[in-house]
Amino acid sequence: MALQSLDIVARSATTLPPPQIRHTEEVAKLIDISKCIGCKACQAACMEWNDLRDEVGINFGSYQNPADLTPASWTLMRFYEVEPDGELEWLIRKDGCMHCAEPGCLEACPSPGAIIKYSNGIVDFVEENCIGCGYCVTGCPFNIPRISKKDNKAYKCTLCSDRVAVGLEPACVKACPTQALVFGTKQAMLEHAAERVAELKERGFKNAGVYDPPGVGGTHVIYVLQHADKPELYELPKDPKISPLVRLWKGITKPLALAAFGLSIVIGFLHYVSVGPNEVKEEKKDTDSNPPA
Amino acid sequence: MSREEDTIVRYTASERINHWIVAIAFFAAGLSGLALFHPSLFFLANLFGGGPWTRIIHPWAGVVMVIAFFLMARWMWADNYLTAEDWQWLKQIWDVVGNKEERLPPAGRYNAGQKMLFWTLVASLVLLLVSGAMIWYGYFALYFPLWARQLAAAVHAFAAFVLVLAIIVHIYASIWVKGSIRAMVRGKVTPAWARQHHPEWYREIMEGKA
Repeated sequence: MALQSLDIVARSATTLPPPQIRHTEEVAKLIDISKCIGCKACQAACMEWNDLRDEVGINFGSYQNPADLTPASWTLMRFYEVEPDGELEWLIRKDGCMHCAEPGCLEACPSPGAIIKYSNGIVDFVEENCIGCGYCVTGCPFNIPRISKKDNKAYKCTLCSDRVAVGLEPACVKACPTQALVFGTKQAMLEHAAERVAELKERGFKNAGVYDPPGVGGTHVIYVLQHADKPELYELPKDPKISPLVRLWKGITKPLALAAFGLSIVIGFLHYVSVGPNEVKEEKKDTDSNPPA
Repeated sequence: MSREEDTIVRYTASERINHWIVAIAFFAAGLSGLALFHPSLFFLANLFGGGPWTRIIHPWAGVVMVIAFFLMARWMWADNYLTAEDWQWLKQIWDVVGNKEERLPPAGRYNAGQKMLFWTLVASLVLLLVSGAMIWYGYFALYFPLWARQLAAAVHAFAAFVLVLAIIVHIYASIWVKGSIRAMVRGKVTPAWARQHHPEWYREIMEGKA
């Protein structure tokens, strides 16, 4: 962590810039939904590498298992049966943290250093500094962080920051048998995605495209979607961005509010030393001789 | 120049205790809230044993503050209805801050400034309670959709801002108007104090006594 701390470019609840001297290449994980066969090897690999064992849940009538992301399930294959053009399609999307360039979680977090962003683009939770308030959940446009009921800490995909730091790909990418998951520099992934989109268009998916939403400054997990015009089919927000309410809540209004507190105290002090206290005037005279005004 | 004796009861012991429970809960909720309000005040979390304890204590302190406030507000309620004279009082705010009380319409048990404070507290505490419950992840937050929680977070911060500002004014007013703190600590005021600051209230008491 000591040297890795050189690579932290953003830190939650921190007003001064972190070390800026070093720069690393931005990375990205590309999820090509058109190549995914829903085998869940990525889910298994995530559990294995991160030593996570979620509780055994119940079958709710879908291949999707568990039903939702949890503190111990950081990635999840979501299965959608949709009919976008009148024909049934079975869409499978690997869900997990998008590692936004402008992370809503980090913006919202009130605890210094509980959420950090590395210069390679990975957004990590530092559970040791997490206070369990849930602001990251409120700030995230993708509904990713989960607070554990056991320890009140927030958890999510780390993009295997520990593996990436030593030059390895994330565990899910390593395990994917169809190369639906690819990992590399963001630039390389965008180029690869563009090739895949061209191929898909040739095959008749005229709305194929890349999901790298600009509203959050782009992401370090990007998708190739068959229906990029309708990300809602995959339960992806059409134009995700940090909500204006979160900006209002965490933005310039806070220092302005603090300034107003300070100013009000200063005004009070100046009033006291100029106008002075409001004392009972009558007490100086003989008290009982004065009838009420 | 001996001090006139305290003879008029302004606040009974139970009213005073109630007030100070609200005050202590306000400081607990307020300081822990400020720790989460802006990074420059996160050091306040140390007062509560660190970040997680701050997060745990904050909502409970808030609940105590709201409950205790509304117990207190129950017996203050009717004395805080605004009257026509109150609007005149507010128009003469420069006479108020200039200590020229004799020019003002006579105040009752509470003057117009105190009444404005009272209703500001009522409104901000209701907003804080509702919005606070909506972002209390330990219990209620996940019953609300994301947009509602985002709205609640913004409303909570705004209502807290209004409340803190109102309390700064309240505390300063008690330092400024001599005898006020004594009234809330020991409960009694002198007849001269009552005549000067709350003439209508003084008159009612005298008539009641007569």
